[in-house]
Amino acid sequence: MAEIVLDKVTKRYPDGALAVQEVNLEIADGEFIILVGPSGCGKSTTLNMIAGLEDITDGELRIGGQRVNEKAPKDRDIAMVFQSYALYPHMTVKENMAFPLRLAKVDNATVEKKVKEAAEILDLAQHLDRKPSNLSGGQRQRVAMGRAIVRNPKAFLMDEPLSNLDAKLRVQMRTSVSRLQKQLGTTTVYVTHDQTEAMTLGDRVVVMRGGVVQQIGAPQFLYDQPANLFVAGFIGSPSMNFVPASLENGSLRTVLGDVPLTDRVRQLLEGADAPREVIMGIRPEHFEDAALVDAAALSSGGKFTHQVDVLESMGSDKYAYFNLTGEQAASAELQELAADAGSDDVPGDGISLVTRLSSASGAVEGASSEIWFDADKVQLFDPASGRNLTYTER
Amino acid sequence: MAGIGGAETTGKKVGWGLLNAVVVIYALFPVLWIVSLSFKSSATLADGNFIPREWSLENYRNIFSTSEFTRALVNSIGIAIIATAIAVVFGTMAAYAIARLDFPGKNLLVGVSLLIAMFPQVSLVSPLFEIERSLGLFDTWPGLILPYITFALPLAIYTLSAFFREIPWELEKAAKMDGATPGQAFRRVIAPLAAPGVFTTAILVFIFCWNDFLFAISLTSTEQSRTVPVALSFFTGSSQFEDPAGSIAAAAVVITIPIILFVLFFQRRIVAGLTSGAVKG
Repeated sequence: MAEIVLDKVTKRYPDGALAVQEVNLEIADGEFIILVGPSGCGKSTTLNMIAGLEDITDGELRIGGQRVNEKAPKDRDIAMVFQSYALYPHMTVKENMAFPLRLAKVDNATVEKKVKEAAEILDLAQHLDRKPSNLSGGQRQRVAMGRAIVRNPKAFLMDEPLSNLDAKLRVQMRTSVSRLQKQLGTTTVYVTHDQTEAMTLGDRVVVMRGGVVQQIGAPQFLYDQPANLFVAGFIGSPSMNFVPASLENGSLRTVLGDVPLTDRVRQLLEGADAPREVIMGIRPEHFEDAALVDAAALSSGGKFTHQVDVLESMGSDKYAYFNLTGEQAASAELQELAADAGSDDVPGDGISLVTRLSSASGAVEGASSEIWFDADKVQLFDPASGRNLTYTER
Repeated sequence: MAGIGGAETTGKKVGWGLLNAVVVIYALFPVLWIVSLSFKSSATLADGNFIPREWSLENYRNIFSTSEFTRALVNSIGIAIIATAIAVVFGTMAAYAIARLDFPGKNLLVGVSLLIAMFPQVSLVSPLFEIERSLGLFDTWPGLILPYITFALPLAIYTLSAFFREIPWELEKAAKMDGATPGQAFRRVIAPLAAPGVFTTAILVFIFCWNDFLFAISLTSTEQSRTVPVALSFFTGSSQFEDPAGSIAAAAVVITIPIILFVLFFQRRIVAGLTSGAVKG
């Protein structure tokens, strides 16, 4: 049990490529922290530096107040769960879990006891004598967890531990990882590229892009107050809609019509030194079928009428997709997000919009529908820097 | 003829069985002939019968009665085992480095070892002969062990590095995280997983050393270090007019036995798919 401090930790490869740039992060004792970002953002490299599997080029890493830059992985007293599980195939489940204890020269009775405890926690007791090749994916994953927990390390590092499981099992394991972490109270650093895992598991989430930390905060805070376009687009599923907008006479001119600026938005904009051309971001759930909104709200929000492109009924909600004519919001960050999602090569001009409507909505695919949105919930971004102009530390 | 990719039909099975039988007979017939020859008495040696009319152990008795063959057998076993052991140990270390590490000159090392393997051995025999004579290695065990190691190492490095590459690197990282020193990680995780590769390599190297004739005949001159393949060529009948074919056949059968034993012994340790279950899938 210990806190982990990253002080301007940098990783530069011999060929000059900068993988991780001056990451500052203080992980409190017992905290569950998630490193998230698209592939190649430096999250795994950061984790490997904490583990000691990669050298730190610059900066300082402290575990429990002690500088560990130069320490070998085995002297850092941290355990790691790998994406591929990395079980030793020539050992049984029991031998796999006992391996760290054997290396630490723990006496036999204690080894037996600890392995038994861990096996019970992870529901592996009946599989102890089997080899990893005879286990299912979920069981292997649990053995990997077991090997990490047996020796009560100062911290757990997990490198996408659930990404090899099928969707249903992943959700199940997600809750058990979360429960296990709470139960053991061990500091945990968890790497994932899945924003759902990041949102549901962590006490705090670190969003990374191109080796640089974009924002650190509680999941809900990142969702409500993304610091920039990248975080806004990365966190949330379906992701936030982005529409180009221009600020004119106290209102926003967009393809969704003119949006009045609410007092909150106006105040934030005044302090932010906003350019004239901005990008408006609005989450799918802030739209609603205009027929279901009361008159007071209707007049304060924005409104547009357009043909519904695709309608997906989820039972509890309806997702309506629109394809509006107009220039797409352009920014380097949005392009990167699209590339990561693999949607940059999907053909289609114009702006696609995802809206989440109440299941009572009468919207019909192919027919025109009047849609209202909450003008107070819009977020405005500077297209050049990607900065959120409506960001508050609240 | 059943269609390609069709179900297993009787006709297809018979066809395959026949083909297999032809191949096996073709490959084993000379061996059987040698076995047959070795059991014939000197009188019936050239009678042309495949199955000996009268079985005799005369030839075997003959070859073991003189030190010519027994001494060569000892030399062969000793030289092949020592050369194999050394080549496998160094080959393992070199292959591990090639598969896992990035060091300057790595490609050069791989290239040079490949070059050595390709070099026509016959062109090296004369210089080796001169070198060994001036170094006093001629007609000694080390005089054969050294060239065997030299030519077996590229083979060993190639086979072993292929095996090492198949072992997921994450296992080693996991061992390090579990508290192992690099030495412990190698001994307790990597080496056991590489064992099938090591045994395979050992078999190949042993066979290479055991079968070599060229170096053995060029670099030895007496019983002191002559190996069996060479000793065989020096066999003479008990008199000038007697055909040594029977003795040669018996000796040939005897020197095949260690190879078969060696392969059978190590084959049991070559368990395919030992690494399965380490990672996903």
